Amino acid sequence: MVSVLKRSLAIITLLIIGYWLAQGLAGVPFGQDRMLVGKYYLENVKAQTGAVNAVTAIVVNYRGFDTLGEVTVLFIASTGVGALLWRRKKKRTAKTEGSVVLRTGSELLFPFILMFGTYIFIHGHLTPGGGFPGGATIATAFLILYMAFVDYEIPHRLFEPLEGLAGMGYVLVGLIGLAIGSYFLFDWIWQTWHWGAANLGRLFSGGFIPVIYTLIGLKVGTELSGIVDSMLTEEVRE
Amino acid sequence: MNCIPCAEYIIVALMIGSAILAVEWRDLLAAAVGMAAVSLFASILFFLLQAPDVAMTEAAIGAALSGAVVIFAIKRTQRFETEEEERPGWWIRW
Amino acid sequence: MSVPHIGLYYFGALSLVLVGIYGVLVKKNLLKILISLSIVETGVNLLLISVGYITGRSAPILSEGIGPKQAVDPIPQALVLTAIVIGVATTAMALSVAITLYEKYGTLNIEEIRRLRG
Repeated sequence: MVSVLKRSLAIITLLIIGYWLAQGLAGVPFGQDRMLVGKYYLENVKAQTGAVNAVTAIVVNYRGFDTLGEVTVLFIASTGVGALLWRRKKKRTAKTEGSVVLRTGSELLFPFILMFGTYIFIHGHLTPGGGFPGGATIATAFLILYMAFVDYEIPHRLFEPLEGLAGMGYVLVGLIGLAIGSYFLFDWIWQTWHWGAANLGRLFSGGFIPVIYTLIGLKVGTELSGIVDSMLTEEVRE
Repeated sequence: MNCIPCAEYIIVALMIGSAILAVEWRDLLAAAVGMAAVSLFASILFFLLQAPDVAMTEAAIGAALSGAVVIFAIKRTQRFETEEEERPGWWIRW
Repeated sequence: MSVPHIGLYYFGALSLVLVGIYGVLVKKNLLKILISLSIVETGVNLLLISVGYITGRSAPILSEGIGPKQAVDPIPQALVLTAIVIGVATTAMALSVAITLYEKYGTLNIEEIRRLRG
């Protein structure tokens, strides 16, 4: 049997790789304090960014340029899916309608899922979450509608301009920072005017983090729903 | 008696078991469900590791969208790993 | 040769990575290889998060009662947060390449596709 030989060979190779990796990891003991840069971020996050959630502050504020790059990767991947699956005439080809429970439940739940996603990305600087999980939740709402109805399609004429405008808005906020402060993605709302310093820990604080996370949430939500749409619509031949 | 550690052991065991089944199952539809289960157990572990942001993202993306995307790809291609089998797989048929 | 002692979370993450690499090495179906790669990705994310964990500390959300000395490392969490979203987008792109290959060749077996080429 070639297959058994191949499998056992693969397992032996993997055991060697696993032993080697485990020996490397044994030098990094679990659960000990190894923070270097993280300590600086945790000590200064409230004074420098006005956000309570340190993860969000790092994603948007301290490493905002990285996040711009990641959003670009997301945009390129979504465009790639659309380009690879592009056909001259596309339509949904699903045949079985969702059950009564799924149809009624999706119609009832859709606005609430949208509202929850919006809540997640607006409150990104206070509670766990932010633009990426919020956008994914919004995309899940459209996914449920796609599964429940055979001929549902997202409003393309609304979503495609929204996606582009959200991406351009991110760059625009960064350029305003470059004009006011000294560098790209300078936190102009918090650093220059100190808006919201009185109510730290409430909604209207955190500098430009809620603004950027709203843009990221819209962008991620529209792009992931666009991926779902281009994977579900197939070519129709007359 | 404090039983958080045994819950951790159970979740890690379930996660590794789902990963092995997701790789070994010949029915690709079942494998996609196994992959979503791996993401779901991993998101519980992220929560236990004090990373609620990552847990939310993994639950929304890994368990819902990622599995859905794989299932759409299966819908447009073929359901089984090899062309010979045309029946839905019984769990032991690797 | 002694077995190195690693924690439970490291063991889980490492097992996911190894199981995924096993699937990439052994399986011939393109969709199965992509599913295995997705499992590897989950394992790497779990490994990064568990490296940043500190025993007895809570999540890095500095509300009342949680000071900078009582929070875990936020940097791996910020890294993984974006990596998950990028991961699903790139997986979808790879799947659409697989769909295009299936429409052209009529099979997903990588050896068949290699034979049919040209």
